[in-house]
Amino acid sequence: MSEYKAESNLEKVLKAGHFAFTGECGPPQGANVEALKEKAKHLKGCVDAVNVTDNQTAVVRMSSWAASLVLLQEGLEPNFQMVCRDRNRLAMQSDILGIYAHGIRNMLCLSGDHQKFGNHPGSKNVFDIDSMQLINMVKLMRDEGKFLNGQDIDVSPRLFIGAASNPFGDPSEFRVYRLAKKIAAGADFVQTQCIYNMKRFREFMKQVVDMGLHEKCAILAGVTPMKSVGMARYMAKQVPGMDVPEELIKRLQGAGKGKVAEEGIRFAIEQIEEFKEMEGIAGVHLMAIEWEHRVPEIAERAGVLPRPEI
Amino acid sequence: MIIAEPKPIKEILEMTKDFHKILVVGCKGCVTVCNVGGSKEVGILASTLRIAAKRDGRDLEVGEHTLERQCDPEYVDELEDIVTPYDAVISIACGVGPQFLSERYPAKRIFPGVNTKFMGGAVEHGVWAERCAGCGTCVVHYFGGLCPIARCSKSLLNGPCGGSAGGKCEIAKDVDCVWDMIVRKLMQEGRLDDLLQFRPAKDWTTARDGGPRRMIREELVK
Amino acid sequence: MEKNYDPKIVAFCCSNCASSAAEVAHRMEKILPENVKLVQVPCTGRVEILHLLKPFENGIDGVYVAGCQEDSCQYISGIAKARKRVEHAKKILSELDIEPERIDVFSFSAARGQDFVDMARDMVERLKTLGPLPKKINP
Repeated sequence: MSEYKAESNLEKVLKAGHFAFTGECGPPQGANVEALKEKAKHLKGCVDAVNVTDNQTAVVRMSSWAASLVLLQEGLEPNFQMVCRDRNRLAMQSDILGIYAHGIRNMLCLSGDHQKFGNHPGSKNVFDIDSMQLINMVKLMRDEGKFLNGQDIDVSPRLFIGAASNPFGDPSEFRVYRLAKKIAAGADFVQTQCIYNMKRFREFMKQVVDMGLHEKCAILAGVTPMKSVGMARYMAKQVPGMDVPEELIKRLQGAGKGKVAEEGIRFAIEQIEEFKEMEGIAGVHLMAIEWEHRVPEIAERAGVLPRPEI
Repeated sequence: MIIAEPKPIKEILEMTKDFHKILVVGCKGCVTVCNVGGSKEVGILASTLRIAAKRDGRDLEVGEHTLERQCDPEYVDELEDIVTPYDAVISIACGVGPQFLSERYPAKRIFPGVNTKFMGGAVEHGVWAERCAGCGTCVVHYFGGLCPIARCSKSLLNGPCGGSAGGKCEIAKDVDCVWDMIVRKLMQEGRLDDLLQFRPAKDWTTARDGGPRRMIREELVK
Repeated sequence: MEKNYDPKIVAFCCSNCASSAAEVAHRMEKILPENVKLVQVPCTGRVEILHLLKPFENGIDGVYVAGCQEDSCQYISGIAKARKRVEHAKKILSELDIEPERIDVFSFSAARGQDFVDMARDMVERLKTLGPLPKKINP
């Protein structure tokens, strides 16, 4: 019996006690494999695993499993993602077997943005099962070798199960309990929504640690460097559950013309340094969407390179 | 009750443009209560059709009638003599009406005058909101008397999702997040345990997913 | 605009302010235009959407509702309801590509005889400009 649940690189890094560092890469809005490889190239060697989004914001892109395979072929470890919006339990279990058969070992189970946000708003809403039930289903398949209907699976998929957590979502009193529920359902690792309000996050993590959740599940803090004041304002106002403190916006404004992005990166690096020391945090998930080429620099400056090889 | 919304008049005119003798049939059931298909609305629609015809210099005769309900054959039968002179019928009952009328009067062209939307109730005067999705296995008691299947945009059973903000659903500012309500209610009642209880995947066979449904009262069937 | 076109207008007047205003106008010997027919209702709140539409089926070119002002409606919310119904009836006309200005609602205080007559004359002018009920151009 393996000491690992899935033997993914991410799992091994976490189990060995290293501070994990994951990245993100969105698949193309077409079959442009070259563009995807270009983006992935920047991340190679800088991260332990790469999130590959699934029709993010309900915009049709190359499927996560396909893009994950490309990344695998390029020598990166993908965090395959599956949302509940587009697939029913049959398709989900079927895809889980498929990705496992192709060597993918990490899987993030998410609800998915409502289709109204995307480019096919008239599509049917699937949501056959929710993210909690999906986490539990993958665990059932892995640990008990059974399909959701109780039938045996001949070769069961061994996946490292991930989930998302939004510490500042509403209702705020419940968020830590929802995280606990996801962990109880089977989440092995959790990536939070990108954090900007460090004070509030520290309070959240205190509750997490008090409940001992960090011992059952690896929690990775989400970091997204602010590229501009406009981006900071947009995130403050338009993204649900996002807490962007006014001080940060002021700090970015104070950086001066042409220097805002650098200030944003500086703030991100300060955060990463703090996360390294924060109790209960097992790593950082860097979401530098469409800014993949800056990841090596950020990783270098944050002192997370080289990545451990297990 | 079943809530419907009037179809745009242009659509109704387009549907019925080839007919010169139209009967508008209303229903005293749900559609009367939500002010879209009762005798008042029959009068308004009929008048509107006549004005349109006058505008076009077209010949048009519009009849008006309101049945007790359009979902019981006994009431639908009442139209037998009334419908004779007409070649088309616009039913402003819920979607059941045009179907029952079509089946009973196959020689007449039947058109729906409203778009049936959901099962719900009045939340304030003039405003009706969806409450029930007819999933066939009611478990509102698990959620403090609120239904996440009907009222959560993602029908989550273990919500809320990360898009809940300020008590509102991510899809629109005027849509309440039912999970915010469920969580607040249960936490207030000290029922955190119920919230932490893992709700397994739903069996959708009792919902429309399982196919068109029937309900039989054996003791009433002859 | 057709020459020699005399628009036919129906005016629903409440039995309080509007009718008083009409009465005052009559005593002042202000003449109401001939093409305006007054129909008295207990309160403008009694006017239904159907009452606003039906005249158009029968050769009438314009309809208006005359009632009390919002804060002096004898039945409290009659004129407020009438405004909402006029709005709805205007929408119906718009959807038929008929000018919504053919329907309107006005508030009067009881003594304003001159205003009452002026309003009637304004409606006549308005409808003269709009012309008779538009006939759709056959494709």
